[in-house]
Amino acid sequence: MKIHEYQGKAILKSFDVPVQDGEVIDSPDQAEAAIERVQQRFHSPAVVVKAQIHAGGRGKGGGVKYSPTKEKALEHVRNILGSTLVTHQTGPKGQRVRKVYITQALDIAHEYYAALTLDRSRGKHVFMVSTEGGVDIESVAANTPEKIAKIWIDPLVGMKPFQARILANALHLQGDQLKRAMSIFLNMYRCYEETDASLVEINPLVKTEQGDIVALDAKFNFDDNALFRHPDIVEMRDLFEEDPTEVEAGKYHLNYIKLDGNVGCMVNGAGLAMATMDIIKLSGGEPANFLDVGGAANVETVKNGFKIILSDEHVRAILINIFGGIVRCDRVANGVIQAVKELELTVPVVVRLEGTNAEQAKDILARSGVQIIPADNMKDAAEKVVAAANQNQGE
Amino acid sequence: MSILVNKNSKVLVQGITGSEGTFHATQMLEYGTQIVAGVTPGKGGQKALDGRIPVFDTVEEARAKTGADVSIIFVPPAFAADAIIEAAYAGLDLVVCITEGIPVHDMVRVKRIIDMEGTRLVGPNCPGIITVDECKLGIMPGFITKKGTIGVVSKSGTLTYEAIGQLVSAGLGQTTAIGIGGDPIIGTSMRDVLELFEADPETEGVVIIGEIGGQMEIEAARWAQEHMTKPVVGFIAGQTAPPGRRMGHAGAIVSGGDDTAEAKMRILTECGVTVCQSVASIGETMKQVLNP
Repeated sequence: MKIHEYQGKAILKSFDVPVQDGEVIDSPDQAEAAIERVQQRFHSPAVVVKAQIHAGGRGKGGGVKYSPTKEKALEHVRNILGSTLVTHQTGPKGQRVRKVYITQALDIAHEYYAALTLDRSRGKHVFMVSTEGGVDIESVAANTPEKIAKIWIDPLVGMKPFQARILANALHLQGDQLKRAMSIFLNMYRCYEETDASLVEINPLVKTEQGDIVALDAKFNFDDNALFRHPDIVEMRDLFEEDPTEVEAGKYHLNYIKLDGNVGCMVNGAGLAMATMDIIKLSGGEPANFLDVGGAANVETVKNGFKIILSDEHVRAILINIFGGIVRCDRVANGVIQAVKELELTVPVVVRLEGTNAEQAKDILARSGVQIIPADNMKDAAEKVVAAANQNQGE
Repeated sequence: MSILVNKNSKVLVQGITGSEGTFHATQMLEYGTQIVAGVTPGKGGQKALDGRIPVFDTVEEARAKTGADVSIIFVPPAFAADAIIEAAYAGLDLVVCITEGIPVHDMVRVKRIIDMEGTRLVGPNCPGIITVDECKLGIMPGFITKKGTIGVVSKSGTLTYEAIGQLVSAGLGQTTAIGIGGDPIIGTSMRDVLELFEADPETEGVVIIGEIGGQMEIEAARWAQEHMTKPVVGFIAGQTAPPGRRMGHAGAIVSGGDDTAEAKMRILTECGVTVCQSVASIGETMKQVLNP
């Protein structure tokens, strides 16, 4: 799960990490008062207006504006709030800005990078810092990897002060600033661990002209599997930032991801679902989605799966691919027939059932009178569904 | 021979009285697995599975009284890390955790502990292990397997079944099939399993099934290139997966570097693994590799 910058900063602040602070608004009516309060609080006429969307690249996309006066700030709020921001992470359609964050403006002397995440291969947490902040860290890693310093943290030992010192040292910080950076890094780790984050990224972490070290941005990813013990974080979820069909699928406990093709698919198991998308592509088609219906492929899940897939108007044919282990194929077949009838489906449906009672299931489908195209194996199924989609597309 | 489990394995089921535990333990028993004990806190002294299996409050007690050497875990995600550590501290040789949805921070700690205790963990978020006609540990459907000479190791459940089904259609049986799980942190790696299959005299070839995310397939392939004398056939799921999206499994996410399907397929091929472009050709490819 992702959150907005202003929410991330509130979390960092609660772990004693100094942040560039401010106020968030979701309506232009609130702008003037909020700007004035931020000006007063930080004793400066200048503020920064920052679009709050989950995607990165907001600055380059025109979503972050320095505003030397209240009038300028109001103008930026009017332009940004309600606009659609396109960045390299939003895709060409962009993301509508529903909230803006009005923050203090800092005099920046240097921009650094600091982030914590999991190193899967080592089975430890990795803390990365760089003197090259404020830019895309992937390009730093690709072009000047020597400018990224890393330490690995044993989860049973935790992060030690000497490790924080190594990181601060790598940023060429000295004296008080070294100590401040160390305390920020140790607090970041505490925050990462206690919130079950999978990513805590501050980019940039800045040194101000006054010598303070401050988080200018905050990016968090949280482990969905750990949200059960963080109700406060769950409350920060912003459904507007997510694909509405994926949100809807979540309500049915279906794992759905929308893609750009026209061949819908419904599969049990994530690996098989990915492999089904791949073989559709290999057979000359384009998958419209990833959909894992999990272990219980009954009438309800199949019906809900159809509804979700068909909410994408580009879908021209659907492939159901079930390998019944514990799931009995005859039950799945009956579920498919009932769902097709009740929903009065018009798109062609190709069904491939393998595993427990597969033969029985084929009989049931054949005798049902419902328009279903049976398939014998994955190759056969993929070829049939791609042909059906192409034919349906042409009509 | 086979790997990890056989007909002599004495199995303990953690979470035996829960609905998942009861259902799958019954299926395991029917397959012929030697289940000797169950553990459910607060239900010690009772009998599970129609009075056939004694239940204990702790793994330590169950092990002491029944000689169990293998544990299988069907415990909800919030309690699964505790269950794995309990089994490790009780000195079991092998722990298989089926549970899906264990928090990553929990698993990072668990992984360090089992390494220190010298316990082998398979999973979590996996379908388990089958040594054909001897021992079924987990949720794989036993009837699709056939005794033979091919080892199967996979990150995915139903894709493992698909591979087994194709092997059987191609006339090839299996020694042991093992699902290692699709989480970012798992106990036994693909490379670990390749080492076991290489050392098993009965196994003549291995199918590896991977997916996007992480470096595990690459580590396995590099090890195979150096040490493996038996042919390896591979498939990587997720060729069409968009970057940055988590495809069902918590670990199935392209996040940069060589973790795309394309990169893994390229490196596997360089390492001498026979890579299947299509999931539909796993069985036939293994047949051709064995009888060129």
